[in-house]
Amino acid sequence: MKGRPENLGPEVGAQPVVLEIEGLTHYFDSLRAVHDFSVTIKEGELVGLIGPNGAGKTTVFNLITGVYRPTAGDIRYNGAALVGLPSHEIIQMGIARTFQNIRLFANLTVLDNVLIAFHPHAGYGLLDSVLQSRRFREREKILVERSQELLAIFGLEDRQNDIAGSLPYGLQRRLEIARALATEPRLLLLDEPAAGMNPQEIDQLMELIHFIRDRFQLTIFLVEHRMRLVMNICEWITVMDFGEIIARGKPEEVRNDPQVIEAYLGRQAIR
Amino acid sequence: MLQRLRNSGVSFLLGSALVFIIIQVLISAGLLNPYWQGIIFWGAAITMVSLGLNLIYGFSGQFSLGQFGFYAIGAYTAADITYRWVRNDSSALVVVISGCVLALLFMVGVSAFLRRFYGVATLTKFLFNFLATVLGFFIAVRFINPVIGRSVYQALNALPSGVSQQIVFFFALIGGATLAGIVSYLFGIPVLELGSDYLGIATLGFTIIVKVLLDNTDTLLPFPEMKGARGMVGIPKWTIWPWVFVSFMAVVLVMRNILHSSTGRALLSIREDERAAELMGIDTASSKILAFVIGSVFAGLAGGIRAHDLAFLHPTMFGFLPSFNPLIIIVFGGLGSMTGTIITGFFWIILLEGILRLYLPEGFEAWRFVIYPLVLLGMMLLRPQGLMGKYEIAFLRRPLPPLRATKTAAEPVTEPRPAEGVAS
Ligand SMILES: Nc1ncnc2c1ncn2[C@@H]1O[C@H](COP(=O)(O)OP(=O)(O)OP(=O)(O)O)[C@@H](O)[C@H]1O
Ligand SMILES: [Mg+2]
Repeated sequence: MKGRPENLGPEVGAQPVVLEIEGLTHYFDSLRAVHDFSVTIKEGELVGLIGPNGAGKTTVFNLITGVYRPTAGDIRYNGAALVGLPSHEIIQMGIARTFQNIRLFANLTVLDNVLIAFHPHAGYGLLDSVLQSRRFREREKILVERSQELLAIFGLEDRQNDIAGSLPYGLQRRLEIARALATEPRLLLLDEPAAGMNPQEIDQLMELIHFIRDRFQLTIFLVEHRMRLVMNICEWITVMDFGEIIARGKPEEVRNDPQVIEAYLGRQAIR
Repeated sequence: MLQRLRNSGVSFLLGSALVFIIIQVLISAGLLNPYWQGIIFWGAAITMVSLGLNLIYGFSGQFSLGQFGFYAIGAYTAADITYRWVRNDSSALVVVISGCVLALLFMVGVSAFLRRFYGVATLTKFLFNFLATVLGFFIAVRFINPVIGRSVYQALNALPSGVSQQIVFFFALIGGATLAGIVSYLFGIPVLELGSDYLGIATLGFTIIVKVLLDNTDTLLPFPEMKGARGMVGIPKWTIWPWVFVSFMAVVLVMRNILHSSTGRALLSIREDERAAELMGIDTASSKILAFVIGSVFAGLAGGIRAHDLAFLHPTMFGFLPSFNPLIIIVFGGLGSMTGTIITGFFWIILLEGILRLYLPEGFEAWRFVIYPLVLLGMMLLRPQGLMGKYEIAFLRRPLPPLRATKTAAEPVTEPRPAEGVAS
């Protein structure tokens, strides 16, 4: 697949491009995890990334967020090149993510988890904390309020002083999203947010995703195996297999694409 | 809630003031002989070093064995300043203070300069900061001291001798602590990039390098007054209880306030999951260096206190075996518990260096390093989280904010503010 494919999504309107990936390739030693991956995501879109196990989806997220440096390719966020930047700078530019294997700060409280993600926006310095200045106290109060507001959206307001690791699985997944939102993103990368959830929880999650997208004016790029979620909420979908893009388009197009069916058949059924 | 916090703060300060007064009265009344005074001062110094290590390892998760190296730097630097001062030589005072100030200024310049480039290599960063430090001290030695050294000396000597002594001692302590901080910053830039295991080895190497340099201060280094492996004698015995108390309280309060701030939470998150912390926008590399430097400043300050109580310094005090004491103390007291470190730090010195040394037969010395590890082993088996676990007394405990007053059960979604704005 050379160059950028034409059908990048439904309406190619006047919306500004948020994320532009071109020719992204990544090798782990000799293993080719991602090969010539390209995608263009516009502001406000809700885009899905699917593919069988080991297709390279998480690796794409890791490359975007600077966990690995790609072997080749370009990643641009609002026009700025991301390749080579340290992860924390990429996050501070407005990209947030969750993790496929939940990576909460498990021994800290629910509230601390969210407060930690506010750190770059704390608004006071070391000297303020050492001297317990007025600025420190005021900002801390605001940070706590903001965190509590986020927790309330995710139905976690009563659990704020619980240890994060003690939450039930579904709530931990929600907390991951709440924590990601605390970094104040414009682009949110969700890596299998519905993993381990039952259909009812998935329905709630779908509502929540729509809600936060509108509330925080987010662009969302999500990896998911649960077709119930992907087919329902994504505006368009990119399908990967063995590190390469094999299809893209609207959910119903992708669902009936013979190559996609082929990729999933025999290895893993579409759930 | 706020009331409770205030109360715990008040009771903590009242309690501390009481301890200060009781010990001061005991000393003034001659009930606490110099031996036991020394034990208490020593306990305070070791506890300060250990608190620093707990900040680095217990709270931030960076395994370091370098604390005694910085303890030594603080001790020898402060001692050199006062040693020379009482021999009518203000050069160490002027050079250390002006050198530190210049080095810090240059470093600020360097980091502002390097911030303009993406992905500056660690080695480059180290080299620039190293050069900034060298340049700062070069200017201090070659230009500042020759010009103002004499007048500083005369100005201070014009004051009553008691006053000038306290001023010089103050700057000696500050100078020792700052230099320890600067060295730890330079050392931390390359070393904190290593994973935790390598960090332990590298910092142990640092302690050993410092010890070897101290053995050769009169040959490799141009400091004949430190007398190398023979030990530095003739340091003024200036450490008095108020200095110990103020230094100790400063360390406790600074550490407590940092831990209760956003920076403290960032450090905890690095301990929990460094990768996740970085992906929440936290500059983990800088945060780790910050913890490392602050911990080392504590150690440097403790070194100055210790040196001016003992009035004598010897490289073996900072050797391989004693350098494990802070680690043992924080593991014993509980990683991530200030309360535990404070209790164990004093207990350690009072018991092992005070009581046991006095009341056990001569041969005990040799057995100590058999008993220490065994006790530690027993501790790890019986209570791996340490004496206090993560427990803190109320004043040191991070506050748990109350739940939101407005219940949101009826309408599940309350009005959050727009996405931007926290930074305002
Ligand atoms: N850190 C790593 N080192 C070496 N190989 C890796 C690493 N991370 C991923 N891989 C390999 O890269 C390939 C792509 O992995 P990736 O995790 O991106 O897949 P995925 O599409 O997210 O799969 P899943 O649906 O199982 O999460 C796999 O073959 C995987 O084994
Ligand atoms: Mg994955």
